[in-house]
Amino acid sequence: MKINQISLFLENKPGHLNAICRTLAEAKINIVTLSLADTQQFGIVRLIVEEWLKAKEVLEKAGYVVNVREVVAAAVADKPGGMAEILDIIGTTGVNIEYMYAFAFRHGKEAVLVFRFDNPDRAIEALKAAGRDVLDAVTLFNEAK
Amino acid sequence: MNAKPIIENRIWQPEFECLPRPRLLALQAERLRGAVARASKNPFYKERFERLGVTPEKIRSADDVRRLPFTTKADLRDHYPLGFLVVPRSEVARYQGTSGTTGKPTWTAYTKNDVDNWCNLCARFLVSGGLRPEHTVQISFGFGLFTGGFGLHYGIERVGAAIIPLSSGNSARQLMCMQDLRPEVLICTPSYALKLMDDILNGGIDRSSIAIEHAHFGGEPWTEDMRTRIESGLKIRCWNNYGLAEVQGCGVSGECAYRNGMHVQEDQFIIETIDPDTLEPLPDGEKGELVITPLCREAFPVIRYRTRDIGYLYNDGFCPCGRTTRRMSRILGRTDDMLIIRGVNVFPSQIEAALMPFESVAPHYMIEVSRPAALDEVTVHIEMQPGMFSDSMKEMQAIRDKIAASIQSVTGLHMNIDLVSPNSLERFEGKSRRVTDHRKLVD
Repeated sequence: MKINQISLFLENKPGHLNAICRTLAEAKINIVTLSLADTQQFGIVRLIVEEWLKAKEVLEKAGYVVNVREVVAAAVADKPGGMAEILDIIGTTGVNIEYMYAFAFRHGKEAVLVFRFDNPDRAIEALKAAGRDVLDAVTLFNEAK
Repeated sequence: MNAKPIIENRIWQPEFECLPRPRLLALQAERLRGAVARASKNPFYKERFERLGVTPEKIRSADDVRRLPFTTKADLRDHYPLGFLVVPRSEVARYQGTSGTTGKPTWTAYTKNDVDNWCNLCARFLVSGGLRPEHTVQISFGFGLFTGGFGLHYGIERVGAAIIPLSSGNSARQLMCMQDLRPEVLICTPSYALKLMDDILNGGIDRSSIAIEHAHFGGEPWTEDMRTRIESGLKIRCWNNYGLAEVQGCGVSGECAYRNGMHVQEDQFIIETIDPDTLEPLPDGEKGELVITPLCREAFPVIRYRTRDIGYLYNDGFCPCGRTTRRMSRILGRTDDMLIIRGVNVFPSQIEAALMPFESVAPHYMIEVSRPAALDEVTVHIEMQPGMFSDSMKEMQAIRDKIAASIQSVTGLHMNIDLVSPNSLERFEGKSRRVTDHRKLVD
């Protein structure tokens, strides 16, 4: 029930982010979502793409440092309080969120929350026990279209 | 040549410093025989001397030094830690050290006599540069393996002046000490003096609350332009001296009251200038690599040590101060890639050693040195490698801090770490130029 996310090292300079998108575009890889964490000097680009293995290959071939990480994706209704409910569940487990980001899903009716947890299995267990929709790769990529 | 002294001309050991030239050369020859005899106890030299057919008896004049083999920092490293020590450990009175080209220091050792000699050599340049027994001296050099701290400490003690062993750093404390104990003499690196000067002039400190009259600088190259700035800014006299741990430490040469270059203490050192490529000796007046043979060292004799420092010996006759010794120029550069950062010797290869734990192959890197205000700043640009990357910002920052800590543990210096994209740093054909130095260290 985990999704493979690829992340890249990015220097904080004009044009660097576009170069990554260009590389993926040329390989005909669609970016489902992209999130950016940055400091003054560098950033980390995190990408969810269906063909993550191919994306990793083309990016590494283009000279990028790429890392693959399993993340947890949970779908919630796109309405006030949707995210808070999920965070309440996580809060009871004592699991720490290393980072998270969100994107619109199922034609904007829902949102996907992408998490990196310090203990993903425990978080997944708690979310499922609470009846939440933890997405596998097939569901995520089919229904993101 | 300056014909008039800037301050009163005083000489600590005229019996050596002012020896008539023929007697000085005879003393050098005699002492060189002793140095060769002591060095022969080291298998490294024994084997080389035998191959060259050199024995102490065959040394007839000081010029015969040219028949002896050179010694390099690599030779010292290859015999790490104490391969050049020729006395029993029980006879060693002190160990000091300097940066090695990799993670380990270059050690040197002194017998009681070596320390005693060294005290006098430091006393020579201190006294010629204004130090008197009634003075108080603030030492703002780091105390530790660096020869500047303890070398000067005991030299000052020999002169009979009082010492404040404050060590380096914490400029607020340095200024407090200057105002409260009112030392007349300051010992530090020239760049640190610039920093203190900025703090004094911009910090609203009343100049009359500070009693400094003289400063003795060492540990790093500096320029006449810096001297003018500090002397006019602080209304003090700044004096230059030179030395390196491999041949003893500070006190190899120093300026006199006439300020006509640095008098080499020729009764204890034979100095040569060579072409670093052909290794042929150069005439006085020509710029080249300085090669030094200490003549009196008992514990750790080295022969014709290649300093990698570039300078020249003056060829305009003898200084009116009365000394009969030749004088050397300021250090004008290096023949290798060693950097001096805030008085600390740093080799790019040390950075490489510090990066090794993070990757099996050291990543490509560039070192950028600047002096934005008075003090040196170093940024190491490092190309990202898979083993250094994480998708978590917290981990990335931890990696960056770890790299900085690793560099600090090898070099002793804090450096800024700038992580850059793979293949983004310039590549050079042949000898890689890993250093960009924006400082102006030569006039």
